[in-house]
Amino acid sequence: MEKFAIALIFFTVFWGLIGVVLPFLIPKGPNRRLIQTMLILTSACCWLFWLCFYLHQWNPLFGPLLTTTDARILRELWSTDF
Amino acid sequence: MTLCQLFLQPDAAYACISELGELGIVQFRDLNPNVNSFQRKFVNEVRRCEEMERKLRFLETEIKKDELPIYDPEDNPDAPKPREMIDLEATFEKLDHELKEINTNADALLRNFNELTELKHNLQMTQGFFDEAQAHPVGVLEDMAGEREIELGGQTTATAGMKLGFITGVIPRERMVTFERMLWRVCRGNVFVKQADIPDLIEDPLTGEKVHKTVFVVFFQGEQLKNRVQKICEGFRANIYPCPENPHERRELAMGVMTRLDDLTVVLSQTQDHRQRVLAATSRNLRTWQIKVKKIKAIYHTMNMFNNDVARKCFIAECWAPVSELDRIQLALRKGSEASGGGTVSSVLNRMITREQPPTHHKLNKFTQGFQNLVDAYGVATYREINPMPFVLITFPFLFAVMFGDAGHGLIVSVFALWMVIKERSLKDKWRTQEVWTIFFGGRYIILLMGLFSIYTGLIYNDVFSKSLNIFGSSWRVKFGDEILNRRDIDTVQLEPTPYNYSGTREYQQMYSGTPYPFGLDPIWQVSENKITFTNSVKMKFAIIIGIIQMGFGVFLSLWNHLHFNHRYAIYLEFLPQIIFLACIFFYLIILIFYKWTHFDGLVSTQAPSLLIQLINMILLSYPTEPESSRTFYSGQRGVQTALIIFAVICIPWMLLGKPIYRIIMNKRRANYSTVTNHTENAEHEIDEQTHENESTKKRGVVLDVDLRDTDTDDILDDDHLHQQHHQTEVEMSEVWVEQGIHTIEYFLGCISHTASYLRLWALSLAHAQLSEVLWQMVLHIGLSTNGYAGSILTFLVFMPWSCLTVFILLLMEGLSAFLHALRLHWVEFQSKFYKGEGYPFIPFSFRLLLDEVPIEG
Repeated sequence: MEKFAIALIFFTVFWGLIGVVLPFLIPKGPNRRLIQTMLILTSACCWLFWLCFYLHQWNPLFGPLLTTTDARILRELWSTDF
Repeated sequence: MTLCQLFLQPDAAYACISELGELGIVQFRDLNPNVNSFQRKFVNEVRRCEEMERKLRFLETEIKKDELPIYDPEDNPDAPKPREMIDLEATFEKLDHELKEINTNADALLRNFNELTELKHNLQMTQGFFDEAQAHPVGVLEDMAGEREIELGGQTTATAGMKLGFITGVIPRERMVTFERMLWRVCRGNVFVKQADIPDLIEDPLTGEKVHKTVFVVFFQGEQLKNRVQKICEGFRANIYPCPENPHERRELAMGVMTRLDDLTVVLSQTQDHRQRVLAATSRNLRTWQIKVKKIKAIYHTMNMFNNDVARKCFIAECWAPVSELDRIQLALRKGSEASGGGTVSSVLNRMITREQPPTHHKLNKFTQGFQNLVDAYGVATYREINPMPFVLITFPFLFAVMFGDAGHGLIVSVFALWMVIKERSLKDKWRTQEVWTIFFGGRYIILLMGLFSIYTGLIYNDVFSKSLNIFGSSWRVKFGDEILNRRDIDTVQLEPTPYNYSGTREYQQMYSGTPYPFGLDPIWQVSENKITFTNSVKMKFAIIIGIIQMGFGVFLSLWNHLHFNHRYAIYLEFLPQIIFLACIFFYLIILIFYKWTHFDGLVSTQAPSLLIQLINMILLSYPTEPESSRTFYSGQRGVQTALIIFAVICIPWMLLGKPIYRIIMNKRRANYSTVTNHTENAEHEIDEQTHENESTKKRGVVLDVDLRDTDTDDILDDDHLHQQHHQTEVEMSEVWVEQGIHTIEYFLGCISHTASYLRLWALSLAHAQLSEVLWQMVLHIGLSTNGYAGSILTFLVFMPWSCLTVFILLLMEGLSAFLHALRLHWVEFQSKFYKGEGYPFIPFSFRLLLDEVPIEG
């Protein structure tokens, strides 16, 4: 299983719970429809936002440009293993 | 919403209106629009109310002058009965009169007191003069009132011809010098002045201010000099007091003055106490009275709008009311009728048919009210069309957050909004006159949501006060060796983006792990030189995606509108071409974006298609082979794109011609049935007239609500509020063509321009991020980069300008800017797809609304 898919599944399930499952659990009251709308819209917007940033970084077309000093610092700070 | 007629008995009318005011769900219509406000029936009562209000205002200023607290009533006092009004009037009159009397008395007493004080000082000082003069006998002194020789300490030294008169008085200290000089000049040096300062501050009897005063004695000889001195004293507004030369008389006078002063002090304090007591008693009831008077006035204003039917001896009122609340209204009417003595006939509510557009009423609470205000600022929803507010509730703060995107700033905004929300009750009435505060407070829920979403988008942009968080570990590693990094001629290195060994050589180092950073932007971009190039790409793409989705959503809402109003034809002739056009070109663009994200990596980066060029080529139907980024990148692309363009282009004449042709057909059909419709028209016309003349309304029983399903809603959605004589069967054809042409051009050009307009989401977020970074680099960095103790002090000092600039520039200015742009996106790009906004709001007759209005501070 690709590691790429782990985060994808996690966040899709997370926002799916909020946006698809939770609306059914809102108790009856005058604001039921409003809260359902809010939940659905929030989860849709937030999931889409996260997805766009995730997909864009999946296959980058170019890498970050670092100054040699910064590169040296990062090489020490983060070591060279993933 | 239905138009109702109320028939009210004159005795019960007042009570019924009072009940309805408490309920607050009907909007009355003015049935006497042509009547001058001075000729209305209840103008006298309104005048009496205004007189009462004036007296109450006077009482309030008096209470405020004494700085007594005014008690706010806990509960809502009911509107008083008409009989109570007379009692209230009497009470106010009495209080008014009493207070005025107390005031005038107090003024007179105070003036008296001040004069006596000056006299006292006068006597004290002159006592000093004459005692001095005893030591040096100057001559015989004459009192200006009488001409006797006075014995100075028993000695009579009569120097020949020297008889001196004197005047004593009190003058403000600053005028003393000029006074003396004037005396010297005018009397040519023949007067002798002695003065002594009064050490205490004296309240001037005329002006009431406390000033420094001086006592003076002017000695002169002769009548002429006396006149001159008197005139000069008058000119300088010195207060002259009589002073007996006889020390015994002086002492007696002094003691008399002291006793009178004591008496006056007692009387003054008693007067003040009395005044306090009166005002304290008033202050307890003041607010209640004010509310009551306001309610009475409102009721009489409303009753002025009624039609007085003399023949049937009842009042007729017309009002708009929501259909769901009719039961409560009936209940209120019954209560009112019973309360006013239970007449034999109770008030009647009757529903009416009308072709007029009813006011638009949305049920709101304190949370949704703010967002509804945002929507209504552009235009109140047409009756029964879809209200964009529930969607704006989330999308507006979200789009704001996309432009604001900083978790640190978002946190500050959220905390501020949270404070306002939690302290709602206590902050509600504070600073009511500060308009800026009331704006912020009114929008506290909006600001709260904006802040919360900003925290989320800030975390995804990985931007906390322009620094990134590394929570999950970056996906990038630096794998260059020293031989490259230590070279002096290289300034920058670029990491390898392809996560697999594509060249097969040993020199390849995997610097990208292949798995993107799980939540948001990788932290390495914050320290890289080409961060902007990278983020520009993703922000622009996201802006386009969310824009197209929001516009598509708007078009679907228009479908909902069509379904509700039962405009079947509009679904096929407007909705379908709109959505097909949007889908063919712009949803296809979204698909291309996702395709590019998933199918091209660092290895083939030079061949990756430029989406903008591809879109342009698609529309121009040109497919070049050079440069590489303009080539087709999937098989069959040419065919698919050509097909999509053809579909899209078909939509234009479809929308342009569809509706007018439909109308022409409908008109022809109506023309065939014209004779039949004429009869029904006349009948309805009569019924309308009868409704207004109230002749057969009692026979009408159950009245159906306006049935919008089989009528031409263009007439009902008319902005005209006056009663229409008949509904139009013919619509001017040229108008329809022009209107449809405008709509078509507006929509299709709008699609493209609005899509580009959404790029402001990218532009503002870039500006915000850059400002934030500049502020950190140029300001806070100064303190953080200095070492040692000096560094800590410098950081402390530098924090102040950094935080001030953050709050004023980034939070307030950028926040306002992002707010405005997000609002514009909603009003123009989103709502133009479905919202007409041609309604008028439902403003019910409600005491609660009336009392919430900010009182004008006197």
